[in-house]
Amino acid sequence: MTKRVYLDNAATTPMLGVVKNTMVKMMEEFGNASSLHFEGRRAQAVVEKARAQVAALIGAQPQEIIFTSGGTEANNLLVGTFWGQRYVTSAIEHPSIHEPVMYSSGKGKRAHFLPVDSGGIVDIDALRDALVFRPGVVSVMLANNEIGVVQNLNQIADLAHPAKARVHTDATQAVGKIPVNVDALGVDYLTLSAHKIGGPQGVGALYVREKSLLKPLLRGGSQELNRRAGTYNTAAIAGFGAAAVAALKTVDGFRDKVQPLTDKLKKGIVKNISNVVVNGDQKNCLPHILNVSFAGAEGESIMLALDEVGIAVSTGSACATGDIRPSRVLTAINADPELAHSSIRFSLGANTTAHDIDFVLTELPLIIERLRQMSTLKMRHSS
Amino acid sequence: MKWAYSDEVAEHFFRPKNVLFEDESLFPHNARGMSGNVICGDQMLMLLHIADDIIEDIRWKTYGCASAIASTSVLSEMVKGMDIFAAAKITPAQIAARLGGLPAHKKHCSVMGDEALLDAINNYLAAAGRELLKKVKKSTPGSCAERSTVVTHGVKPGVAKGKNGSKTGR
Repeated sequence: MTKRVYLDNAATTPMLGVVKNTMVKMMEEFGNASSLHFEGRRAQAVVEKARAQVAALIGAQPQEIIFTSGGTEANNLLVGTFWGQRYVTSAIEHPSIHEPVMYSSGKGKRAHFLPVDSGGIVDIDALRDALVFRPGVVSVMLANNEIGVVQNLNQIADLAHPAKARVHTDATQAVGKIPVNVDALGVDYLTLSAHKIGGPQGVGALYVREKSLLKPLLRGGSQELNRRAGTYNTAAIAGFGAAAVAALKTVDGFRDKVQPLTDKLKKGIVKNISNVVVNGDQKNCLPHILNVSFAGAEGESIMLALDEVGIAVSTGSACATGDIRPSRVLTAINADPELAHSSIRFSLGANTTAHDIDFVLTELPLIIERLRQMSTLKMRHSS
Repeated sequence: MKWAYSDEVAEHFFRPKNVLFEDESLFPHNARGMSGNVICGDQMLMLLHIADDIIEDIRWKTYGCASAIASTSVLSEMVKGMDIFAAAKITPAQIAARLGGLPAHKKHCSVMGDEALLDAINNYLAAAGRELLKKVKKSTPGSCAERSTVVTHGVKPGVAKGKNGSKTGR
């Protein structure tokens, strides 16, 4: 296979070597962490070590971490906990918050979806208005998966708590990329996922602040203090712990390392390609996510053409998913559906090099030009 | 490794046939039709040169995903040299079959070249004062085509784009 340039780290990250080694070791030293015998105690020690490692990454106590099958389960667990109460969430949440909230609130009748501005920042005045309705929980993602915009959770928590609402944040994209501390954010619940930080797929966690309400989603076992039944995915949990240790070491330097490359990509695109729109508030953004709309060229076609030359990215176009509507996030920040269909998300990683960016900047203008030449759309938008 | 779609889609996406890269004024034509809607992410333009009711030559443009580009491309191959009445009877299912099949969710939204073709043929017939052909197939319920104005007689591409009657907004 030709050399690949992987710029889809917001979808998943390559597994770290130390994670793989930790997991292989656990697969060899098997055991059910709920058993009292030697093999069981050995597995339990692995689980508890990982719990402390994951807790340390977000400034939590080990007993405040509940292991789940991933970010989606953690988000569903959180939403299910507040079943019957009112929800406040944002218009740009991940589907694993948005859909359970819709399901749990009578198709949104007992939920408030906070609008965002054209940069993707949540409308705080709308939050103040929604809090009057005494919601059980306010759930706003720390950083958006499509445009990378980072919200001021501290401000949100400061407003929600006096109104007796609990505060949750889906920090799946933020953890490991920017410093995340549950006390500094002021949140009661936080979702994180292993495979976004070099860990394995299929494991995540919900942070639950001490003495906070939690209703189990999975019943039928005493694991996780009766809060999440099911045999421990011990090897994956061990890998999650190893990834958390690595992320804690690298998180403070991540922006300095990756932001210059993201900026290089952005400047190169804006300079070399006409009629582009950079999506999302660039002043409050994760260092590794760049979302750009290329007017007149459709997103899935751009993505597949890039893939053919060895570059992996993702798109907010409906055509990539089979929905007829383009990305809900891009629709929320930009009323023009044409630009949402034409969007590409580049998400860099710790291994991305300047050479990778140069390669993208060589190939991308040719692909956009070709698709625009065969497009029915004439250029209307200007950068 | 297997590609996202069939080999036929790959062939027509990466090496589209009869596509017009230049401005449409550079292709002599006497029939012009459009279908789709940019709000839904797909729009097709068909330009035909018809002589004695035979499609002598064809060019197209498409804004859309890989299967939209591929389906328009393969249709252009199918109808070249064909009588307009036979060409107008081609169905999306036949186009999809020529592409080696498409994922179910792709059939409804991306195979709309037949509508652009019918639009072009009807514009040709209308200009000659002849009876128009009726649309045989119906759009799939819930598809983007059904929700928007599909047949856009005489609408210029620069005008057809934008907020022309879709209800997909929130």
